[in-house]
Amino acid sequence: MKAEGGKEGLILGKVVLVTGAARQLAGRFVRRIQRDPDVDRVIGVDAVPPEHHLGGAEFLKADIRHPTIARVLAETGVDTVVHMDINGTPLGSRGGRAVVKETNVIGTMQLLGACQKAPNVQRLVVKSSTSVYGSAPRDPAVFTETTPPKSLPGGGFAKDAVEVEGYVRGFARRRPDVAVCVLRFANILGPCADSPLAEYFSLPVLPTVLGYDPRLQFVHEDDAIEVLRIAASAPRRGTLNSGTFNIAGDGVLLLSQTSRRLGRPTLPLFLPTVMWAGTALRAIGISDFSPEQIRMLTHGRVVQTTQMRETLGFQPQYTTAETFAEFAGSRGPGLLPPESLARTVDRLAAVLPARAARPSEEFTHDGGRQGHSLR
Amino acid sequence: MADAKVIPFGEEPRARRKSLRAGRAGRGPVLAPVPEARTGPDEPAEPGRPAERPARSLDERIAGGLNFLRRRITGDYEIDDFGYDEELTDQVLMSLLRPLAEKYFRVEVRGIENIPGKGGALIVANHSGTLPLDGLMLQVAVHDNHPAQRHLRLLAADLVFVLPVINELARKAGHTLACAEDAQRLLERGEVVGVMPEGFKGIGKPFADRYKLQRFGRGGFVSTALKAGVPIVPCSIVGAEEIYPMIGNAKTLARVLGIPYFPVTPTFPWLGPLGAVPLPTKWTIQFGEPIATDGYSPEAADDPMLMFNLTDQVRETIQHTLYKLLVQRRSVFF
Repeated sequence: MKAEGGKEGLILGKVVLVTGAARQLAGRFVRRIQRDPDVDRVIGVDAVPPEHHLGGAEFLKADIRHPTIARVLAETGVDTVVHMDINGTPLGSRGGRAVVKETNVIGTMQLLGACQKAPNVQRLVVKSSTSVYGSAPRDPAVFTETTPPKSLPGGGFAKDAVEVEGYVRGFARRRPDVAVCVLRFANILGPCADSPLAEYFSLPVLPTVLGYDPRLQFVHEDDAIEVLRIAASAPRRGTLNSGTFNIAGDGVLLLSQTSRRLGRPTLPLFLPTVMWAGTALRAIGISDFSPEQIRMLTHGRVVQTTQMRETLGFQPQYTTAETFAEFAGSRGPGLLPPESLARTVDRLAAVLPARAARPSEEFTHDGGRQGHSLR
Repeated sequence: MADAKVIPFGEEPRARRKSLRAGRAGRGPVLAPVPEARTGPDEPAEPGRPAERPARSLDERIAGGLNFLRRRITGDYEIDDFGYDEELTDQVLMSLLRPLAEKYFRVEVRGIENIPGKGGALIVANHSGTLPLDGLMLQVAVHDNHPAQRHLRLLAADLVFVLPVINELARKAGHTLACAEDAQRLLERGEVVGVMPEGFKGIGKPFADRYKLQRFGRGGFVSTALKAGVPIVPCSIVGAEEIYPMIGNAKTLARVLGIPYFPVTPTFPWLGPLGAVPLPTKWTIQFGEPIATDGYSPEAADDPMLMFNLTDQVRETIQHTLYKLLVQRRSVFF
């Protein structure tokens, strides 16, 4: 263990431990919470040192899969644990799926075991994912926190997340004095997102599943940071920040809409072809696309966020569409930029006798068909 | 009539037709007509609703069409949580279904005033016709005849959301899975929700049993309406039973294909795709007096006796209206 920078000193305010600090999002969260006046000390933990700076927060190189984490908790007197080391993909070239799974599941078990033995711990925040609901055509259109999934995720990150949440529930039962908050995030996107979904949206041509147009929801990184901060601090008046909450931006986008907004054409493929191609790409290490992500891009997933608004008292700053717009802006133009398509239509309108580009609320059927044929 | 007959192939045979024919005749003829119907030649929009549309100049129509095109290709349109694409439904899907409702089945709508002008309502209808064309016609009927042009949000069987292409179109047309969660959410948002509680028992019943209402599920629709405090509007559809007279059911084949029934009609599957053309029956859709549910206490939704009674009341109303309409009907086709 080595400490980097940091303030040695009296422990008066809160001491926050953030796991998985080598990741972009956790790094941003560490920097954000470091500026919080109530927080006295922030300790970032990960198995590898981060490439980004942590804004003066301490960094401890500790693997949460090993019992050393218990010593860290005991020695530093941590009272708030923010567990963000639950991920779908390895960081950089650090091992494969097996390592990720071990960090997710064994890491969580070790961390929770350590928390259980640490009397100082008052609050636990876990970054989970809406993938715990799975994606199946026979599910209701909108998941609430209590909806049991029709088909439990059979493997991959989603299964890890389900298991992690199971351990967290067990911990909450054994330590009723600790406020436990599980945040189920929809797909987190932002200018510096490095998730498999962000990778997917960066492809020049987006392969899709023929005959399916999934509904997607996104959360902006800024909102993700903010909601983690709310969950990690004392609840504000009239709100409750322990429990399980879905976190997603307002509104829904269809995959076809996202591709048009990105200006990247889609390539519809038969479902078996997509599955096979996904396996092939994974085998040669180009993509981290898991079967569960393909399922999500087939059937889609939408969650209800009433609890987030009313109980947690969090209003996301970005809607799903705004999040996506910002993400699209950071990615550079695709093969068919929407602006140039719009310009083409305008030019076409200008050529036609009636100066047609003026906005009108009514459309004709032939226009509709044209629109559809160009999807 | 000739062009109207093409429509049922191309558009919106929501649930089973595709699966049935996909199993029998291979994929080609099933999927091919869909783009054809939509991308068809840009003939002027006359087949749409000539009666309601004031004569607009060609220029205006082109301008409107280009605006629509512009929004569609840049993805600049909104959908709701259920995937309902109002613009696409109004401009494209409805226009494709409308000729079928107006010209082919000549749907006569009665009692439209029983659907409230605003706020939620649950329309409960009988289900028949081998393929769920009755649901689609109901959707067109509610939208085109109601003064507030209300959009009907249908609850569809899970099979609809398993099948490719169909699930996509169903979601975009505003349909969702028939489950209490979705229904309640829609009703609480103040939508008009349509449900056919007979399900596969109703739509897949033999021709001999036509207009005999089947069991109404477990009456879940009543408790959902009660929880949301919305009125239940019984709805009787006459004419849909005869579009595909189902004289047999190839049960083994259905099991192999994983579908609830495999219809055998006088023309299907003997004539191949031609056998899937529905008979041009004359339809009547009658909406009955709404049954208010807001007078009950919140606990009433958990009272099984009340649920059974209300379910029976709705069922009886629909059955009696069906008999009345059948007596009044001059012929199946006129």
